[in-house]
Amino acid sequence: MSTLLHVEDLRVSFPTRTGVVEAVRGVSFALGQERLGIVGESGSGKSQTGRAIMGLTPQQAEIKAKRLEFSGIDLLKASQAERRALRGSRIAMILQDPKYSLDPVMTIGRQIVETLRTHEKVGKSEARQRALDMLAAVQIRDPKRVYDLYPHEVSGGMGQRAMIAMMLIAGPELLIADEPTSALDVTVQLDILRILDRLVIDRGMGLVFISHDLRLVSTFCDRVIVMYAGKIVEELKASELSQAKHPYTQGLLNCMPKIGESRHPLPVLDRQPEWLL
Amino acid sequence: MTPALAIDKLRVVYDDFIALKDVSLTVAQGESFGLVGESGSGKSTLLRAVAGLAPVTSGTIDVSGQRLGKTRDKAFYRQVQMVFQDPYGSLHPRQTVDRLLLEPLDIHGFADTEKRIQRALDEVGLGSGFRFRYSHQLSGGQRQRVAIARALILEPSILLLDEPTSALDASVQAEVLNLLEQVRRDRKLTFVMVSHDLGVITHMCERLMVMQSGEEVERLQAGDLATRNVAQDYTRNLLVASEGFVRGG
Repeated sequence: MSTLLHVEDLRVSFPTRTGVVEAVRGVSFALGQERLGIVGESGSGKSQTGRAIMGLTPQQAEIKAKRLEFSGIDLLKASQAERRALRGSRIAMILQDPKYSLDPVMTIGRQIVETLRTHEKVGKSEARQRALDMLAAVQIRDPKRVYDLYPHEVSGGMGQRAMIAMMLIAGPELLIADEPTSALDVTVQLDILRILDRLVIDRGMGLVFISHDLRLVSTFCDRVIVMYAGKIVEELKASELSQAKHPYTQGLLNCMPKIGESRHPLPVLDRQPEWLL
Repeated sequence: MTPALAIDKLRVVYDDFIALKDVSLTVAQGESFGLVGESGSGKSTLLRAVAGLAPVTSGTIDVSGQRLGKTRDKAFYRQVQMVFQDPYGSLHPRQTVDRLLLEPLDIHGFADTEKRIQRALDEVGLGSGFRFRYSHQLSGGQRQRVAIARALILEPSILLLDEPTSALDASVQAEVLNLLEQVRRDRKLTFVMVSHDLGVITHMCERLMVMQSGEEVERLQAGDLATRNVAQDYTRNLLVASEGFVRGG
């Protein structure tokens, strides 16, 4: 398995009025053609890690890393134009809520075609056909109808499928999914994951799956990284989640109410100051 | 004993969309009742109809034996309070916590506001240090505690909870659920709680109703979900989905 992405000692910091806030503090991992989960609470730096790879970190923030490399390209040295060429074609990102991440005044079909034609030289009718095929690939039953709909005319699950279609149409090698199913109902959530799973396997993509839901990630990914306060506290195989060693991971697993268990009160996380070090 | 809440054939219609189709339900005093379903199932609409935030087209609602009319009076809100899902959207952004908690007391003409505000903050585990902060200075969990304090400050007997923890991290969710259980025990409150999370509902409620497209699917005891004693396929699907992703198939 070739390594697609190298991240070594990644640091993202934001200057604020009250001093520098370090959102990511020395994250390192390597990714091949596999599904890697990044889990943590809000503010743990998981999304900023994804955004730094994608090149979407806000301008005022400072990114430092010993190595941030995508298939041989040094992302830190790459120019804006080079990053732009990568974004969407070789690295793609799925965001949480299709309500906000799709363009509200453009039909779904046009948005998908726009992505495709930005990165590849294709004719209009071919682009339309490929967009329709892609919509069918994400299991939209009536692609021709959905092609001409605006984002507000479709449900959340349908919008997220359209988003996935748009992200995958240029055939990226690396897909970053930032809470792709958190805004959806549980049953729809599983449909979307099934589609994502198949596409990732069929196309041999690398996937970074960012989520706050430890249980969901562990059933979907091969490997899981657990983040706390900008650092990786533990890395484990998804299948071995129950043997997690770090008290934070254990606490996260423990504090969720489960069907068929009676624990009153629920155990809460006892945050230790040394986890921050 | 008169039930805390009795709903009979409640129907809510928006233009030509029927959000709630003749749902009936009785909640005893001191009971904790859960409503489960996916978006669009009508579970939140039911709570909002009780609170007077959704138009009742037909059917009746009785609170502690009192039939509710078209509008809700002040006495109703002394008795019934609601906690909303999104703590970022349900607190006034330009009011301090103190001001937020003072408003309901003012409206209902309480005299000893000072003491009540302090006690309410203590009860939700915030302490007086938070009293003069704005909501943007608080974390999600702290905001939801303020929302609970605001609901409890009028000493209601029924609390309507609309996904009170689904915007929170798992660890913070546990803290807020524990807090809700404790205030329920201390004050002998009646809960009607809406959630899409079966784990949360079985943890908090003795009885629950599964809903889909504005209708009741089935009614269960919390224990039925653990033993898979469910009659409807819809509920079974929800149960399977709650276990996470299964590869293959």
